[in-house]
Amino acid sequence: MALSENEVLAGLTEIIVEETGIDADDVELGKSFTDDLDIDSLSMMTIVAQAEDKFSVTIPDDEVKNLATVGDAVSFITGAQA
Amino acid sequence: MERPDVVVTGLGATTPLGGDIASTWKAVLAGTPGARTMDNDWADKYGIPVNFAATIAVQPSEVLTVPETKRMDPSAQYALVAAREAWADAGAPEVDKTRLGTVVSSGIGGIWTTLNGWDTLRERGARRVLPMTVPMLMPNSATAYISLEFGAQAGAHALVSACASGAEAIGYAVDMIRSGRADIVVAGGTEATIHPLPISAFAASRTLSTRNDDPAGASRPYDIDRDGFVIGEGAAIVVLESASHAAQRGAKVYAKVAGVGLTSDGYHITSPDPEGTGQIRAMSAALQDAGVSAKDVSHVNAHATSTKVGDLIEARSIRAVLGDDADHVALSATKSMTGHLLGGAGALETVFTVLALHDRQAPPTINVANPDPELTLDLVRDTPRALPQTDTAAINNSFGFGGHNVALVVTSA
Repeated sequence: MALSENEVLAGLTEIIVEETGIDADDVELGKSFTDDLDIDSLSMMTIVAQAEDKFSVTIPDDEVKNLATVGDAVSFITGAQA
Repeated sequence: MERPDVVVTGLGATTPLGGDIASTWKAVLAGTPGARTMDNDWADKYGIPVNFAATIAVQPSEVLTVPETKRMDPSAQYALVAAREAWADAGAPEVDKTRLGTVVSSGIGGIWTTLNGWDTLRERGARRVLPMTVPMLMPNSATAYISLEFGAQAGAHALVSACASGAEAIGYAVDMIRSGRADIVVAGGTEATIHPLPISAFAASRTLSTRNDDPAGASRPYDIDRDGFVIGEGAAIVVLESASHAAQRGAKVYAKVAGVGLTSDGYHITSPDPEGTGQIRAMSAALQDAGVSAKDVSHVNAHATSTKVGDLIEARSIRAVLGDDADHVALSATKSMTGHLLGGAGALETVFTVLALHDRQAPPTINVANPDPELTLDLVRDTPRALPQTDTAAINNSFGFGGHNVALVVTSA
């Protein structure tokens, strides 16, 4: 069964916290990965790989550049599950 | 231009004996063994004949941030921990970044990263290989991260010479300051090779002790029953500085690194030249470079890994260099306690040599129940030995597979 947006956000937050050490409270839908969370492209690729495993989805490399915010990623993953 | 004197103004380490310098040095003076039985199933699972090692006392995850532990191989993590301590110990000096360098070596580099990456690739495919794999596995990773940490721009180097790497790094750092390329250099060595592959490989080459029932007694340099080295892990870092730069900012000075001797055997890929000619030339060159003679030397920290052949070749070489003056030299083999940190060993033993002169105490050698009768030197056993309060000099020896010989002469400040 597909996860809700809130469940995806919670799972993605876990991955981001584990990879970067950022406080979980700082991970919000409107936050930009690069500008707000200071996540660089190498960490982003690692987060994407972990998200693919966790949510059983594929996030094509071409798509990653469109995922500017946490919300973009949550929307993409939620949609890709369906 | 007069050649600058090079002094030590900061020390840092994380070792099998402690997570910092103070705890490590205290344990060494107390004759504490660092080797222990490993809490993993490697020996049974892979049929490795050795189930113990001198594992690090404090995991770097206890002091580093999550991204730091994610993005660095353990070898670089150990070095960063030690570098931060050394830099703080030096007073975190405000320096011209273009005059600040780093030379931090590893004998092997990021082997955990390399082998974990290979497992990931085979089991899960290329898309799961970490994008940070190359910067984590490269042997210059530690020096690169430390140069980032302090903004060092005078050069970030990593000399690789097996078990001499840490000492060679310090020797090269001395040259950087003497040649005028830097005022301060953060230098040392690190290793994180307590992994089943290197342990299997060293065991296959019959260089490791197999004293599984007595890990604490396994590293016994110069004892007649020695049967090989004990693999260790950790890092040691020194802050080296031109004497004038240190004086200008009122830095405390531990000692002077006064002489560097770097030679190669050109003889055999693993065995030292049985005549010790490369080792003799390294020690002689370091003494000459320091402008001191054999009678000025009161202490030697030997490479002495606890192998049958290597220890005696070194002992004979020391005798050949110091002659009758060797009789009043306190000989210490600290690997009896720390195990063999490979690329970290030469740096850690330089730190011990510096502290020995600073505190005027030569560390003990443990586990020598029956000294090899062929040893003609004055081995410090079980408890520390007082060194002269007058100006004095010490030699730290480090040798490596490939025929690398490094001797550093340290003099009291």
